[in-house]
Amino acid sequence: MKPPSFAYARPGSLAEAFDLLERHGEDAKVLAGGQSLIATLNMRLSSPALLVDITAVPGLAGIAVAKDKARIGALTTHRAIERSAELGAALPLLAQAARHIGHVAIRNLGTFGGSLAMADPAAEWPACCVALDAELVVARRAGERRVRAREFFKGLYETDLAPGELVTAVEIPLPGRGHRASFIELARRVGDYAIVGVAALARPKGETLEDVRLAYLGVGPTPALAPHAMAAAEGKPAAGAAAAAQAALDRDLKPAADLHTSAAAKMHLARVLTGRALRALAP
Amino acid sequence: MYHSTQAPHMMQDVFARHLGIPEANVRVVCKDVGGSFGIKVHVYADEMATAAISVMLRRPVKFVADRLESFLTDIHAREHDVTVRLACTKAGDIVGFDLDDLTAIGPYSVYPRTSGIEGNQVVNLTGGPYRHKHYRAKMHVVFTNKNVTCQYRAVGHPIAMALTEAIVDRAAAEIGMDPAEFRRRNLIPDDAYPYTAFPSGLKFERLSHHQCLDKLLALMDYRRLRAEQAALRKQGVHRGIGLAAMIEVTNPSPAFYGVGGARISAQDGATLRLEPTGMLTVMCGVTEQGQGTDGIFAQIAASAVGLTLDKVRVITGDTGVTPYGGGTWASRGAGIGGEAVLQAGRALRSNILDVAAAILSADKAALDIVGNEVVSRLTLESKLPLAELGRVAYFRPDTLPPKFQSELTVTRHYTPREYPFTFTNGIQASLVEVDPDTGFVKLLKHWCVEDCGTVINPMLVDEQIRGGIVQGIGAALFEECLYGPDGQLLNGNMADYLVPMCGEMPDIVVAHVETPTKQSALGAKGVGEAGTAGAPGAVMNAINDALAPLGARVTAQPATPDRVLKALGKV
Repeated sequence: MKPPSFAYARPGSLAEAFDLLERHGEDAKVLAGGQSLIATLNMRLSSPALLVDITAVPGLAGIAVAKDKARIGALTTHRAIERSAELGAALPLLAQAARHIGHVAIRNLGTFGGSLAMADPAAEWPACCVALDAELVVARRAGERRVRAREFFKGLYETDLAPGELVTAVEIPLPGRGHRASFIELARRVGDYAIVGVAALARPKGETLEDVRLAYLGVGPTPALAPHAMAAAEGKPAAGAAAAAQAALDRDLKPAADLHTSAAAKMHLARVLTGRALRALAP
Repeated sequence: MYHSTQAPHMMQDVFARHLGIPEANVRVVCKDVGGSFGIKVHVYADEMATAAISVMLRRPVKFVADRLESFLTDIHAREHDVTVRLACTKAGDIVGFDLDDLTAIGPYSVYPRTSGIEGNQVVNLTGGPYRHKHYRAKMHVVFTNKNVTCQYRAVGHPIAMALTEAIVDRAAAEIGMDPAEFRRRNLIPDDAYPYTAFPSGLKFERLSHHQCLDKLLALMDYRRLRAEQAALRKQGVHRGIGLAAMIEVTNPSPAFYGVGGARISAQDGATLRLEPTGMLTVMCGVTEQGQGTDGIFAQIAASAVGLTLDKVRVITGDTGVTPYGGGTWASRGAGIGGEAVLQAGRALRSNILDVAAAILSADKAALDIVGNEVVSRLTLESKLPLAELGRVAYFRPDTLPPKFQSELTVTRHYTPREYPFTFTNGIQASLVEVDPDTGFVKLLKHWCVEDCGTVINPMLVDEQIRGGIVQGIGAALFEECLYGPDGQLLNGNMADYLVPMCGEMPDIVVAHVETPTKQSALGAKGVGEAGTAGAPGAVMNAINDALAPLGARVTAQPATPDRVLKALGKV
């Protein structure tokens, strides 16, 4: 299919981008990698008058890993994250998750910030950022503000972004030396959105798991942190943590059916993945 | 009319009669079609509307459906709810089949081939590979407010074979016999042909079920796989092996449509013309849908006449140019169109040698054509390049004997008539691993041994089989048109309608037994649908073989994780 006609602008600076977004308001959409937006245009699910392509704005792409946090520019592609050795060492969860995003051609174009701003609840990055307690850097004409990923996702494709605001970067506190990560998802075909997936982190201490974090994708309108399951698993050896988290998970997740999978099957699969992820975190 | 279709002459007739235009004023041109799979053999309302608007406006009108429009209006297929029963003796001999098929076809029967054919095929073909004396089949066709269903690659076969093979496996399990052994006991013996003993009336010229079974079991190393399966089960790994024997309707005679009153050609023609330069132009009524028809026609014509492939040009898909023919459906292209090309090629070769004999004042019987040249039959010594023969025949016929007229354009037609259909046979095997916690099925490997008679182009034949198997796997594991309770299609896009993709496909090993049909000189049967016919049954049997120790069984396709988990009682 072909998109409805639209105007196109490619600002060279954030200031120019803000001008355009202000002038056109709701009629403008921000274009980055275009891997979701262009598809929705082609399906005619969306018909913005203007696309503001931010890929020429300098300084929005790149990965920087410091001692206690990593900073990932909004325009950094999925593929760049997947292949970054620095990130692979500091935040192995991200490389594990990146492999599940679409196909290589999609990962070469799609962006980290774009995925977060799109806020698809079945996407990988929102769940990862929730698990990692990342902070999004949001820019507007008046300056910058920061918002925790755990507070950023408000509903189905809804975020904390106000009109005229852009995600410019994400800062992720490093969970520390010795932490382990496990990202697992179940998709019918390679590259499909997952039926359900989990981003799990913990720091093994002896036989037990500490600082357990579990965030899920594909189980509701937003990525879902699972505080009850996390609390149940905390401080237990992996096998015990798995059983306890599985038993507590009902209090955290209320998945709805999707086209192919019933709510009950989704809940079952979430429990299965919880067990597998926590066992994979065992030292 | 530029049209993406499988049957240009049928469409010429349809457009002419329904729009009140003399048939000779309608020319349907169908360039290369990148896949059609039966979907493009039907008459669609939007195509008729496009042609009607063009007539009314006296202007060219173009219509291209977008993806959603295609999903909503291209035919759907294979909505069946079937109960099948099998009776067999304690010793393991099949006595009879009994089935009751409820099939939904949408709001009306698609023109002009009707939507009843699919159910009809299910009823006709169930039990087809196996000896049996008793047969009862019932079919109810119901209208629904969903999209129409109609003929789609392997029409009815995937359902019939999956039913047959599921109940055959069940019977083998009930009497405690290995499923391969049970098949060996019941497949029609290779020396029982022509076989006309079926109560349903199917007639088989010659099939090779047992050769195929033996070859398959050796190819897959069946015994070793069974041993490995047993060992892995002890470690909690649930692998399953599924077998599916099959028969396939190919090279249909006029019994398919013509007898029923549909103006759809069962015969096909080929015209071969030797050009003055020694090139050969081949024109045939069968169309190129991406399956390589043009390629095999070039091969057949080149060898029949005595040319190298680079001298042959093939034209198909133009009612203004080619002989009248049926087009591409029911695996008829190679067997029917190919035979017409072969017969035309043999006749042209003879005619060329008449010209050569006249030019050379030689005995025709002493001449032959090899590598674009007329040669001595005995010594293969070059006598006359075809380019020179063409020059003389077309531009200097004055130099030939006074009463001699060269005939360097030849047309021949072919209609299969001895049998209603030229059946092929084969057998497939699938190896899967089921994750009982997630309900996910991983395809590990797939095998197919198939008998399409003469193999003209091994690479094309193998890839027809592989592509067909992938399509069958799609039915078994992925594809399903989902509707809401209000009759709204819910997954009319390529993200939500899951077609099989390479990431999930197993290696597919293909081998052949060749039993040429004696009805034609070429001996080719069809091959386009065999893969699709057998794969769903093989995969479903493999899944159920894996689930058997867990007391679970799936009977609905596709076998989604949700359905497998329900079968396991986990949700």
